[in-house]
Amino acid sequence: MAVGKSPVRGWRSRLFAAGTCLFLGVFVGAALLLIAGDMLYVDKKAVMTVLTSGFIRRALWMSVWTSFTTTALALLFAIPMGYALSRYRFPGHLLADTIVDLPIVFPPLVAGLTLLVFFHQTTLGRWLGKVGLEFAFQPKGIVLCQFVVSASFAIRTVKSAFDDVDRRLENVALTLGYTQWGSFFRVSLPLVRGGIIAGGALTLARAFGTFAPLLIFVGSFRGRTEVLPTTIFLEQSVGNLEVALAVALLLIGVATVCLVIMRLVGGRPLVQQ
Amino acid sequence: MIRAEAIKFTVGDFCLGEVSLELARGEYFVLLGAPGSGKSLFLECLCGLNRIDSGRIVIAGRDVTNLEPCERGIGYVPQDYALFPHLSVAQNIGFGLRARRLSSAKISQKVGTAVDQLGIRHLLDRWPLGLSGGEKQRVALARALVVDPEILLLDEPVSALDEALRAEVCLELKRVQRETGTTTIHVCHNFEETRIVADRVGLLRAGRLVQVGTPGELFDRPADAEAARFLRVGNVLSGEAERCGKPLCGGDR
Repeated sequence: MAVGKSPVRGWRSRLFAAGTCLFLGVFVGAALLLIAGDMLYVDKKAVMTVLTSGFIRRALWMSVWTSFTTTALALLFAIPMGYALSRYRFPGHLLADTIVDLPIVFPPLVAGLTLLVFFHQTTLGRWLGKVGLEFAFQPKGIVLCQFVVSASFAIRTVKSAFDDVDRRLENVALTLGYTQWGSFFRVSLPLVRGGIIAGGALTLARAFGTFAPLLIFVGSFRGRTEVLPTTIFLEQSVGNLEVALAVALLLIGVATVCLVIMRLVGGRPLVQQ
Repeated sequence: MIRAEAIKFTVGDFCLGEVSLELARGEYFVLLGAPGSGKSLFLECLCGLNRIDSGRIVIAGRDVTNLEPCERGIGYVPQDYALFPHLSVAQNIGFGLRARRLSSAKISQKVGTAVDQLGIRHLLDRWPLGLSGGEKQRVALARALVVDPEILLLDEPVSALDEALRAEVCLELKRVQRETGTTTIHVCHNFEETRIVADRVGLLRAGRLVQVGTPGELFDRPADAEAARFLRVGNVLSGEAERCGKPLCGGDR
């Protein structure tokens, strides 16, 4: 149960450990129970539909590439932003820090509405559309929607990771001949690898499950702007509950595999004894 | 070798300076002061980690006041050593050499010389988290010395060690400094440590350098009563000095 070296445990310690693990067990057990319920409901025909449908295959591919693109973009922003928020104090720091959290607290539906209004009702949005940056009802709009609702998770997590890096390590790197860039890439960045992986995993999970803003901003066009959550919506709206649940299980499975791979590939301990 | 001219630096309510100091090549200088007197801030100013408000810093004839830390030619060992936890001991020591784009063979050779000098070859494949305080101190010292700095700045380098080990490590610091001939500023608040390593000592109080001299001069003739009390010189008696019936300077002297 314990990680690494463990102290001598009496009955009080065992009771404490059992108490904490009880909550973990209840949570994980409930989640597995719900998934098992879905599995029992799904019949063979629904599974075959999911495995053979071209639309669902395309939706799966759309979900995968848009989610990974969103995660990469989110980390591209999260790393410099997290560093800036962690290391520099400037006028408007508090405001910037708060705005980063906004997409976490407002309903995802609002993100879709806001994007739709921006690209259709504002001069700048319409101009962007005219110069080729049209996102509404386009596959690239899926990435934009996912980015808006999920990037904050990456930024917040990476910022916390930078907060935990001792500044003296960066200072020593500076005195040893590295510039600020060298210190960042050789010291700070390797030390926040765990935070980057965690932020990436959260972003991927959120992006994979994004639905409400997509419905508003890119619509639910079969085979064009369809991701797996859209498929679930479309199937259940026409009464194919078994197929909808089978797609949901596919979504859960793919997301779980992606998250496990991310953790296995990037989660090896960097600091050794 | 190093000249600090009227350095002034303010942070919050605390003001360092103006501090002026000049060290000869190969000198081992100890900056002594109570915690909070500004010793570490002074070192950080010399390193370039704090931009000074006014004054000038000259190292080996070069005005480095406006140069970045990486351009100053210094070796810096902070308190608790700040070893890079994601790098092995060998990688920690060779870290500064990589910034100088030396070949792998040259890096291995220089790291080898440094570890032999400090007797830590057996630690090369270890990781910082598994090292004892004394081992960390030696690795940090090797990392700072391996880049052949013009000046070595040590911020309380033995304060994290236990009492029994301090004297031994101080003797080793002095030996290594003599062998390398590196001009050194060593910050501490321990008198025993000061007596072992210092060629000269400066007493810093509330951001001001109140006395500079050899350890003998400092401990035998403190600048004033407050310095005497800090240095724990016994028999501090109040009185007035006079010559031929005329007071010399009054006060506690």
